[in-house]
Amino acid sequence: MIDLTALLKEILSVSGLSGFEGPVREIIHKTWEPLTDALSTSKIGSLHGFKKGRGDDPRRRVLISAHMDAIGMMVTEIDDGLMRVTQVGGIDHRILPGQPVTVHGREEMPGVVVQPPAHLLPKSLGDGPVPMKYLFVDVGLRPSEVSKKVRVGDIVAYAQAPLELTGEALAGHTLDNRVSVAATTLCLEALQNRLHDWDLWAVASVQEEETLGGALTSPFDIRPDLAIIIDVCFAKGLGANDWRNLPFGEGVGLGYGPNIHPALYDAFEKKAKALEIPYHRDLMPKMSGTDAMGVQIVAEGIPCMVLGIPLRYMHTPVETVSLRDIRRAGRLMAEYVADLTPDALEQIHWEE
Amino acid sequence: MSKNREVSTNHVPEIDTQPIQLLEKLCNASAVSGDEHEVRQIVLEEVSPLGDEVKVDALGNVLVKRLGQRKNRVRVMLAAHMDEIGLMIVKKHDNSLFEFDLVGGIDERQLPGKSVLVGRDHLPGVIGAKPIHMTTTKERKNKIPVSSMRIDLGPEIGDRVKPGDRATFATRFEILGPSICAKALDNRFGVAILIELLRHPPDTIDLLLAFTVQEEVGLRGARVAAYTFDPDMAVAVDSTPAYDLPHWDEEDENVQYNTRLDGGPAIYTMDRATIADRRLVYWLAETAQDEGIPWQLRQPGGGGTDAGAIHKVRSGIPSISVSVPSRYAHTAAGIARLDDWANTQRLLQAALARLTPDLLSGEQRG
Repeated sequence: MIDLTALLKEILSVSGLSGFEGPVREIIHKTWEPLTDALSTSKIGSLHGFKKGRGDDPRRRVLISAHMDAIGMMVTEIDDGLMRVTQVGGIDHRILPGQPVTVHGREEMPGVVVQPPAHLLPKSLGDGPVPMKYLFVDVGLRPSEVSKKVRVGDIVAYAQAPLELTGEALAGHTLDNRVSVAATTLCLEALQNRLHDWDLWAVASVQEEETLGGALTSPFDIRPDLAIIIDVCFAKGLGANDWRNLPFGEGVGLGYGPNIHPALYDAFEKKAKALEIPYHRDLMPKMSGTDAMGVQIVAEGIPCMVLGIPLRYMHTPVETVSLRDIRRAGRLMAEYVADLTPDALEQIHWEE
Repeated sequence: MSKNREVSTNHVPEIDTQPIQLLEKLCNASAVSGDEHEVRQIVLEEVSPLGDEVKVDALGNVLVKRLGQRKNRVRVMLAAHMDEIGLMIVKKHDNSLFEFDLVGGIDERQLPGKSVLVGRDHLPGVIGAKPIHMTTTKERKNKIPVSSMRIDLGPEIGDRVKPGDRATFATRFEILGPSICAKALDNRFGVAILIELLRHPPDTIDLLLAFTVQEEVGLRGARVAAYTFDPDMAVAVDSTPAYDLPHWDEEDENVQYNTRLDGGPAIYTMDRATIADRRLVYWLAETAQDEGIPWQLRQPGGGGTDAGAIHKVRSGIPSISVSVPSRYAHTAAGIARLDDWANTQRLLQAALARLTPDLLSGEQRG
């Protein structure tokens, strides 16, 4: 049995900002190696894990896509040993002052995001939030050392160590979307002892936070018959209590909206009910904000399902998740894949 | 401000691993004003074998006497506050999230998205923030008020946290090249320096060490400690901000840097609470010159130290402050130079060793 906390801590221990997924890809590669029949890396860096089905050729293919990239920052300027930064992915600048980070220069340098004192900032800011362009990253090195080790374009990753909270909750950065990588890993583990007719392609995709680059390209290589996209969704919590937010730790989100094929939604709802896995319908009236936006429109089009793991404080370094929901998502995916019969695709159709 | 000049590092003293380990322990301990227990325990452990007399007073100050051998000894009080800024839990809400208030001068913009440790058991929690996806551009132009922030310790925290519990930033002490990055360097530097002085006490004076409480909320500990000691003079040892960052507008010079990293110990002439005794300013500055210790004058202005309370106790006590410069005080993570700390230690050691009653017999030099 995989120790989920240990697995999460391991895949959270390295960076992998959008476009710079190398370090995390290596860890996932190592983790998936014993669980898959073959692993390959796409032209733009997504990791493809192949697990062969037992059915006769040609077999149907199901894709599970979990993006592995993280939000973070990039150095734009160096001034007197301090670095100015811009964002990679969406960051609320109000959470940045005081954040521990790692600057990936010629070497990895721990540092902190800092807010200069008021008299060094434009007066118009008053005591309001300080925009990112006025913040600095300080790595504690003297200016001559910094100019030797850091260049414009170097990436800056969050470095807050994960914290174990009560009730099997874990807080940390980049839980969006490493928790889905973990859930996919649990799914692969569960399938070691299950026979499945379809080929399974597990993908850790790149650049979801910026370009959907992985989502738009991996399905082109793989050509799946249907796809499960797993990502985090919004959990109820501080300042987030409307219809967009699901209860925390009380089940997975089943995405519902134009990115999702309704027949796939129905199949997942039925499966969750049969297995008594708690779930909530996660309404996505316009778009899902996930890899599904890319996967759905690859080649001739691919029927997609979106699964969500409820997460509090998304895109902060203290994102909080319930391990129970990760396990539920992993199990639901494994059961769904294992139960796909050779002719299952016939049920995925439009009502006409 | 001109760009920060880099000092040659050849002459700078190394710090032994023992004081670094002690500073690490002190910084990682929680001691929000009014609940200094953890730091007090560490201090007592360190000073008990070394002091001639050690006691904890009514407010929780640790008072240590170490008497010299010579005749006509000056009775010198050195004060370093043990407390740090932090948070107090004030209310548990239905959703298992905790409301909190600020203890000491904290800029609330430093709080969202930080991890904290709550209570004596250091239970981990986080101060969450609304996902950016659910905020509007207009909303992001306003700061998040502390009244709407909550600490989340997970759904099954139950009764393990109660209103009244204190919380600190969860930052752990780290060495970054020539620097230290930690919470509460204000003022664990001072605490560590006083302990080290007690390890190498000058024989020429009576050393009266006050490890004080409640500096961050009103200099309360220092006031009563000074009354108890009734010293001839006092030095507050603290940590002061280095605002030595570039101005946002490159055309503009930063003329209010307060102190600079790598500039050495910051000697005070005046802050909002104290006008330093001039004789003591010269005493420290001349010692630094004679000993070749880098030093700087803290720019006169705001802020205050324990000296603000001490100098007005009884019929008045000649006082001064000296600080280790540190960036980003009162936030989750300050950054300071190991060298500035070592040089502050050296300066005090040397200045106390050469201190005679003559210093205080003369008129204040103008």
